Amino acid sequence: MLERLRRPWGDNRAERWLGAVACVTAIAIVLMVVFVALRAWPTFSHEGLSWLGSSGNLDAQVNAMVNTSAHPPASAYFLRAWPLIYGTLLTAGLAVIFGLAVSLLTAIFIVDFAPRGVRQLLTPVIRLLASIPSVVYGLIGILVLVPFVGNHLISAGEKASVANVIQLTGAGLAVSVVILTVMITPIMTALITDALGSVPRAWHEGAVALGLNPLRATITVSLRAVRPAIVAAAALATARAIGEAIVLDMVSGGNAFTPKPQDGLIFLFEPLRTLASEIIDQSENISEPALRSSIYAFALLLMFSGVMLSITSRLVRRPLRKYEISN
Amino acid sequence: MAAGEPQPAALPLAPPRRGGRRSSVRSWRRGDQLIFALAWIAGLGLCVVASAIVIFLAVKGLQYLDPKLLVTRPSAAVNQANSGGFLDPMIGTLTTAVLGTLIATPLAVITAVWAVEYGRPRWLAGIVETSIEMIAGTPDIVIAIFGLAFFQLGIFAPFSFRASGGGVYGRSFLAAGIMMSLIALPLTYTATRNGLRAIPRHRREASYALGKTRIATIRRVLLPSLRPDIATGATLGMGRIIGSTAIVVLLLGATLQNIPENGVPLLGFLRGTGSTLPSYIFFNSPAGEGNAPQKAYAAAFVLLMIVLALNWAVGRISRIGASGSAGTGRIS
Repeated sequence: MLERLRRPWGDNRAERWLGAVACVTAIAIVLMVVFVALRAWPTFSHEGLSWLGSSGNLDAQVNAMVNTSAHPPASAYFLRAWPLIYGTLLTAGLAVIFGLAVSLLTAIFIVDFAPRGVRQLLTPVIRLLASIPSVVYGLIGILVLVPFVGNHLISAGEKASVANVIQLTGAGLAVSVVILTVMITPIMTALITDALGSVPRAWHEGAVALGLNPLRATITVSLRAVRPAIVAAAALATARAIGEAIVLDMVSGGNAFTPKPQDGLIFLFEPLRTLASEIIDQSENISEPALRSSIYAFALLLMFSGVMLSITSRLVRRPLRKYEISN
Repeated sequence: MAAGEPQPAALPLAPPRRGGRRSSVRSWRRGDQLIFALAWIAGLGLCVVASAIVIFLAVKGLQYLDPKLLVTRPSAAVNQANSGGFLDPMIGTLTTAVLGTLIATPLAVITAVWAVEYGRPRWLAGIVETSIEMIAGTPDIVIAIFGLAFFQLGIFAPFSFRASGGGVYGRSFLAAGIMMSLIALPLTYTATRNGLRAIPRHRREASYALGKTRIATIRRVLLPSLRPDIATGATLGMGRIIGSTAIVVLLLGATLQNIPENGVPLLGFLRGTGSTLPSYIFFNSPAGEGNAPQKAYAAAFVLLMIVLALNWAVGRISRIGASGSAGTGRIS
């Protein structure tokens, strides 16, 4: 066997073998998508697209699914997932908006203004922030930020005013968004810095020669040239943010409440639940048929959004190849 | 701007100043000055946040890290003095990292080599590329929940074990390792593919001109010069595996100790359940059942040190690659 491996391979045989391995990888991945979709099917066949809507208390609906029989009736699948979708969109959206602002500024800083020493420091710093495991962020969130917000930023009066609806412990929208922002900013910064750094220097210098100050030149020429890379970075960061399960399970508060902007300042501290953290939470009950199908429906929705965002980021980046900006 | 209108006196007639850009910031518009200041704040802010996290964890971790914790096994106890350390989670982290990387790296390298060097028929190469992209965009939690359902199928009983009721439990080191290889796969694939694309065409042609076949060229010419790229990708993938919590919580059972399934020693261990450092941290945080923040801090510090070491390794490998002829040392 080893003897045969050591002998030079025929080219055709090698091509077939390598191709077969590549196909196995691809088939395994496609199979996974199909598998999740099949498991989620009962939910969608019973509930249709109104499943995405909102009605009633989601926690109660989920609890009602536990302890249904092995062949649950169609009514057992009743669930309106909007609170989870809203929680996911709200946290990911806010985090991406804040993160985008910070990473644009940082990228400009690194490429144009940072002194040599600071620039050399920032590259490993960004790589470090990007590679800190999410559970460590979650730990800092739940042990440092949540008690801080709960004890110092929310007054006892505010807690009492909503005590009959929700508990304000500090875990909620604000802490979730802060932690998510810290998690996704390094990813975006790395991508935008890469793109900005590969804009031909002559474009920038030309703009400066026309009388713009260096910052204006960066904003009007370089940033404009890498707009696709910025969109791509934001898409990848959104994918990361919506898929984050453990962290949001730790810092987003206890129940599937929908934070309401009309509540004023309390809005920032209201608890919420995202699709990903609901999957973690309910994974113990996965043997219940109705709930299992719902969990896979959450997973399918997450996978669909993640894959769409990842494909978007590639398609959007394509025009940049023409100028050999970014990879 | 109206044509022909003379420019306001924006261009100084004096020779350009040599002092660099910063000396002229005062002459900028207010808004630009503000953005300039914000850019400095953002850049330095990131440094501050990173160093705050590292210093905070180092202080807390060293405060609670008892060398005994590293060598004792965890156990369930109400009194934290008796609940042991995190030897088992450390072994679990090592096992999943090695297992996942061992599965992912060959698959990713072979797939990338085929897609770049052969890639016929084209539509098939397109499907392979798209499917890798799909797995890259899929959140960890979805991979985990898929793996759970997959390994609970009857035919996968050898990968974990049958619970007392006869159903397949579906949670084991093997199951977790295989699913974790999926999150490392796209990173190694992308690194290898970009490395292959960066190798200039004439090196392949030189090899063909010597009478080597394509596969011989790949094995003797391309793969040796790809080593830094593959190593970078594999290390990045290993970093993601080590930090992944969702897959461990769902697919490894996240039991406190590593519980081997009876049978052959090594295989029994791989078929058994266990935990890793991230799941140990989760378990011991206020959100988990253990709720022992001191131990969570200590474990988080150890985890951070492992990640820092991996980071250092990636930096070193890509620097070696950059000094070689064909490497592409990029961050991200």
